[in-house]
Amino acid sequence: MGKQIPIKEDLFTWPSAAPQLIGGRCPECSEFHFPLQQNCPSCAGRKVDSVELSRRGKLWTWTIQNFVPPVPPYTGEVKSFKPFGVGYIELPEGVVVESRLTVSDASKLHIGMDMELVLEPFRIDEQGNEIISFAFAPIATY
Amino acid sequence: MATTNSNDIAIIGVGLYPFGRHHDVSAIQMGVVAANKAMDDAGLGWRDIQVGYVGSLSVMMPETMTKFLGYTGVPISKMFNGCATGGNLLLNTANAIRAGRADIGICIGLDKHPKGAFSAGESMDSTGLPQWYGEVGLTVNPQFFAMKIQRYMHEYGISPATLTRTAVKAFQNGELNPAAWRRSALSADEIDSSQMVCDPLRKYHFCSPSDGAAAAIVCRADIAHRFSGTPIFLRAGEFVTRQYGSIDVQATSFSARATIGASEAAARAAFESAGIGPEDIDIVQCQDTEVGHEIMHLAEIGLCKHGEQEALIADGATSLSGRLPTNTDGGLLANGEPIGASGLRQVHEIVRQLRGVAGPHQVQRELKTGLTHVYGFPGSSCVTILSK
Repeated sequence: MGKQIPIKEDLFTWPSAAPQLIGGRCPECSEFHFPLQQNCPSCAGRKVDSVELSRRGKLWTWTIQNFVPPVPPYTGEVKSFKPFGVGYIELPEGVVVESRLTVSDASKLHIGMDMELVLEPFRIDEQGNEIISFAFAPIATY
Repeated sequence: MATTNSNDIAIIGVGLYPFGRHHDVSAIQMGVVAANKAMDDAGLGWRDIQVGYVGSLSVMMPETMTKFLGYTGVPISKMFNGCATGGNLLLNTANAIRAGRADIGICIGLDKHPKGAFSAGESMDSTGLPQWYGEVGLTVNPQFFAMKIQRYMHEYGISPATLTRTAVKAFQNGELNPAAWRRSALSADEIDSSQMVCDPLRKYHFCSPSDGAAAAIVCRADIAHRFSGTPIFLRAGEFVTRQYGSIDVQATSFSARATIGASEAAARAAFESAGIGPEDIDIVQCQDTEVGHEIMHLAEIGLCKHGEQEALIADGATSLSGRLPTNTDGGLLANGEPIGASGLRQVHEIVRQLRGVAGPHQVQRELKTGLTHVYGFPGSSCVTILSK
């Protein structure tokens, strides 16, 4: 029986019943970014604080990825590929983050809708472990 | 009004290895052909070339072209800035001349790509983006382009019909242009019934990677009269990378605080440097990786207001007979994109249109000033302004 493994350490709080993305906040210019990096991409400051970002936000834009992304780097299912939703979600901190969406039906997505962060299995690795990644889900539908 | 760099640099020759799929021809060979054509156009030879800049994604050291052009010892430097490469090659050749390193230089873009969306490859390291981002399928340019136009349509009232009109225009121009890759016009119905790639963009809304090369010969404007090619002057050229907050390709996050994008920044700087405004532009070649970006770039460059494209394009303003002919050679949609060469294809087209020798797709009125614009990953843009 495999384990559940996050796709990347320190990308989101793990394990967590109410997961949050881990981003950066610059104490100089107060801008946020995701994922956390060394220098502030806004003011080029050299000190950045790690912050847990809000779980909820609004869908800023979206699309449906209808074809298999180039492999590599894509490591998801190819033979049984199913189109997936992708969007940018505006968080209350004033940062807009890119994410997969749990919804892949264009008729169920509209700009401005309320979204919430969830963690979900992305793929099974060779050892049978579930690789866990993040996605945003419409709040109304679950 | 005299500006810092107006009219001191002339383009005296242009050459093109037509874009398309050329399985049996190497990128280097295409580059050599384009360079020879540009030299023929200017009426000079390889021994006259004193400096050069070459750009390619697929060829590691394109200066190996000197093997075929002649081992004259000329310094040839490579640069690569993604889709913005071509414009930056022209700027750097001009700057080498301005710096007094040479009187005559050449810039050559050449490339060759496999079919399908560009891939970052196994390692994401060279993209500056995280590995997990590629693994989960977020490093896909068409996806980003689709999301940007999706938001833009929502914000500025651009309709799906305007996307398709832009593609219809591109393939109409391609049908007329003997050097284009896609030479068949497509109806709105054919475009609207093509496969959905990334909502709202369909297959025929996109360009494809292709093979090809383009070159330009540049010299000090005060010696341009010595050569046979009708000189076209480089009034301004600006290359920029993005500022934080801009919605440029690609981004794991950006700021909700609105910031101008790379294209807008490059265009503003170029107009300021040229001492002219967007109203002075008679013809434009802009980055049309897909129709959404042609539409957005028209406003980002300053050629119209955001949202005005809906009426402008319905009125045919961007067609060959319109007020602002755009991507007159069919653009990327009809020519495909050999990344390193693409910007110089735009320069080739503007030079020939301003000279009045473009061919069947020649704009049928007096043209004085044109603009080229390239844009791409990782959020960089180059704008040049060219005048008779």
